[in-house]
Amino acid sequence: MSILGTRVVRTEDPRLLTGGGVYTDDLRLPELDGAARVTFVHSPIAHARITGIDTEAALASPGVVAVLTAADMDDIPDGDGRPTTEPLLATDRVRYVGEAVAIVVTEQGYQGEDAAELVSVDYEPLPAVVDFDDALAGGTLLFEGTDSNVVRTGGEPAPPGAFDGCEVVVQRTFPNQRLAPLPLEGRAAAARWADGRLTLWASTQNAQLARDALAAAVGLDAAAVRVVAPDVGGGFGAKIAVDRDTIIVAWAAKHLGRPVRWVETRNENLLGMVHGRAQRHTITIGGSRDGRILAYQLDIVQDSGAYPRGATFLPGLTQLMASGVYDLAYCGAAFRSVLTNTMPIGAYRGAGRPEATAAIERAVDLFAAEIGMDPAEVRRRNVVAPEAFPYTTASGAVYDTGDYAAALDAVLDGAGYKELRAEQARRRDEGGPVQLGIGLATYVEITAGDGAGETSRVVVDATGAATVYTGSSPHGQGHETAFAMLVTDQLGIPMDRITVIHGDTDQVPTGIGTFGSRSLQLGGTAVHQAALQVKDQARDVAAGMIEASADDLELDTASGTWQVRGDPDTALTWAAVAAQAGPAGLAAAVEFRADSPTFPFGAHVAVAEVDTQTGKATLIRHVTVDDAGKVLNPVLAEGQRHGGIAQGAAQALLEEMCYDPEGNPLTSTLADYAAITATELPSFELLAMETPTTLNALGVKGIGEAGTIGATPAVHNAVIDAVAHLGVRHIDMPATPQRVWAAINEAKGSQMGPAHMRTAQ
Amino acid sequence: MVNGAPVAADVEDRMLLVHFLRETAGLTATNVGCDTTSCGACTVLLDGESVKSCTILAAQADGRQVTTVEGLAGPGGELHPMQRAFRAEHGLQCGFCTPGMVMASVSLLRENPHPTEAEVRSGLEGNLCRCTGYHNIVRAVLAAAEEPAS
Repeated sequence: MSILGTRVVRTEDPRLLTGGGVYTDDLRLPELDGAARVTFVHSPIAHARITGIDTEAALASPGVVAVLTAADMDDIPDGDGRPTTEPLLATDRVRYVGEAVAIVVTEQGYQGEDAAELVSVDYEPLPAVVDFDDALAGGTLLFEGTDSNVVRTGGEPAPPGAFDGCEVVVQRTFPNQRLAPLPLEGRAAAARWADGRLTLWASTQNAQLARDALAAAVGLDAAAVRVVAPDVGGGFGAKIAVDRDTIIVAWAAKHLGRPVRWVETRNENLLGMVHGRAQRHTITIGGSRDGRILAYQLDIVQDSGAYPRGATFLPGLTQLMASGVYDLAYCGAAFRSVLTNTMPIGAYRGAGRPEATAAIERAVDLFAAEIGMDPAEVRRRNVVAPEAFPYTTASGAVYDTGDYAAALDAVLDGAGYKELRAEQARRRDEGGPVQLGIGLATYVEITAGDGAGETSRVVVDATGAATVYTGSSPHGQGHETAFAMLVTDQLGIPMDRITVIHGDTDQVPTGIGTFGSRSLQLGGTAVHQAALQVKDQARDVAAGMIEASADDLELDTASGTWQVRGDPDTALTWAAVAAQAGPAGLAAAVEFRADSPTFPFGAHVAVAEVDTQTGKATLIRHVTVDDAGKVLNPVLAEGQRHGGIAQGAAQALLEEMCYDPEGNPLTSTLADYAAITATELPSFELLAMETPTTLNALGVKGIGEAGTIGATPAVHNAVIDAVAHLGVRHIDMPATPQRVWAAINEAKGSQMGPAHMRTAQ
Repeated sequence: MVNGAPVAADVEDRMLLVHFLRETAGLTATNVGCDTTSCGACTVLLDGESVKSCTILAAQADGRQVTTVEGLAGPGGELHPMQRAFRAEHGLQCGFCTPGMVMASVSLLRENPHPTEAEVRSGLEGNLCRCTGYHNIVRAVLAAAEEPAS
């Protein structure tokens, strides 16, 4: 029996559970002996001219090795010359609170905090732009030499007549709020310049991309840069490649000729690691009173933050996935990305797709409420039919495989939807304070959508052990277990004799890394194919040793031995075959590239209780189908779903990165940013469904982001559903007690007459 | 005493216990995840009770017993029931919150050996995990509570 699809506990865990992982700040390498500590000096003002930086007092502070500013960075290449280019350290202007202005390098960490306080920066404040509409109006421009804060646009507005023939049209504008990715390990780096080579240890999802970006930024050949990703304490997209702060740390090691290290504080992390989402949606949805949706338009404003980092690809993905699981006569989407004096936006778990799903799933509920039909029935009547695959959307996405109605029916059945509606009706009739809401979301998302491939090399040595070199780069997903399973499945070499190497550009020079739920379908398929090639090599070598035809040989994967079919007396171990294979040994390198992306899908049912007296919403059940094709290891796949659901629910209920109108961050510590805890979540109810893709030999799609994408609209819709009978149609996310309470009272007010108990939100 | 062995050093008044453990005692399993005593990544046992070592001065631990996750396994390296349960139930992914989460869970069961799911969730409110959605952490603690040796 194949090990694939079975529950295998992780090989990573004993180490992580006893001595703890070795994250970047845990490194105690001889190469880093005597490393100085880097502390950043950040802008405390959202928008200002820098008129002077005085480092004298800081330089005199105990333990200070150097204080470095942009003026010291004359040994690196100039930027690309675009007006909106983001500097490494601020030069003459700062554009968000937290922007790096200088670094202080000290012998010890605490000295750095002392000295950073003494760096005196003269700021001449400028008006800050925070609000979407102010930014679009362009009264204040972030960059000289531009005539607008709009940095990117895409798509088209709805053409005239797009909604003709619709009996009902609903339009609504609502935010998809800014979030902090919040990996438990923030950003961290250590660097050393020696013998003409720059080595960077960094908490990154992609060592090879980080190497290339770092080499370009500091003006070195890629061969003169080595990047190592030690254990990485979560990433969620925010650690893709390498960002400016990490490049600055690496540059400082070279500039000073001394190893340095840096680990950010949580406050710095919340201010200076990319934020996610930050869109405003205007949805227009139209259809007939019998529940057929005929037309949908999504207009997106993307808050790109102070520099255009994710300004194109994030709303571009939202645009691509706008139509969701629905077969629509018309679907259009358009976006404008606009600069504001806030932290730049980047990838965060889902990266553009959760926004698309949140918009259309909210729109479908608004449409269902308008025509008075059960939202489950509206969904069932409009999803793409199973026989329509591969299905090409209006935006050009080609959905590979799926059965959306089956996913919906499975989750409704698993949740006991009818019984839940009956319980809801009972509570409504009784009129008690705690009401029940049932929220649905059906979704499809795109994984491995980046178009690049992934590398692997599998080697079997003369001891019979296997080593896997992969360009994929885990930060909690369990690649070491998963990829060893793929090798043992094909070669019969025991799991404990398989080592998985990743995240070191000297050992794995080419690779792309981990993001966009790409690892198993690209990196895993590459490992699978390399193992198959090694198996073919071994078959030929063993045939020569036994003096039999290769066609007559079989590999007994239970014992890991080669033999003539049915003749155990001829058995040869992997060690013997590998030893015979000569100096080159048994080794195969593969770069796997899929023909097109895959499209996981699913359906979620969230059940929430809302205390109508306080506005407090509590998620009491969450039931999901998340179909990402074949499942390699249910333990790992379920873990990805659990984490995704929690982050999705967190957006619906709690989390928001807030700025005041002057651009001051209001949620810059974990005492203020409402990260979701164990008390705010139930145990999750996961249902199994596997619809394989044909785009890779394993039949797998990505599972890393699915939970997040489905959970947010399901939980959001559940909260609104709980108070729908009171006249509430919509509540912005996060559905905090204050917002829910205000919405209930606004609805009451509109029913009871003007201005009764109205509350500012 | 850290994990049963004496560790002696002269330190700055302001040195936090977590930095003492990481920089002076060389025990890097205990992580720093925030600056506001919110995340619990730095949770250790001080005289057997869980504390957030980012909010204790090293000097306050003078003469007391500190236990980190490195000191949890048995003398022969056999995993503590809580460590075993975290592995069996897949209660960790990236591992960064794990040392603190395991120590908080050990302390939780010492105070309440047979908690309900709600009590586990409430008991771990001060420990953030961004990877697992807490689902398998809660299952791990409930499973460990079933083990007689716990």
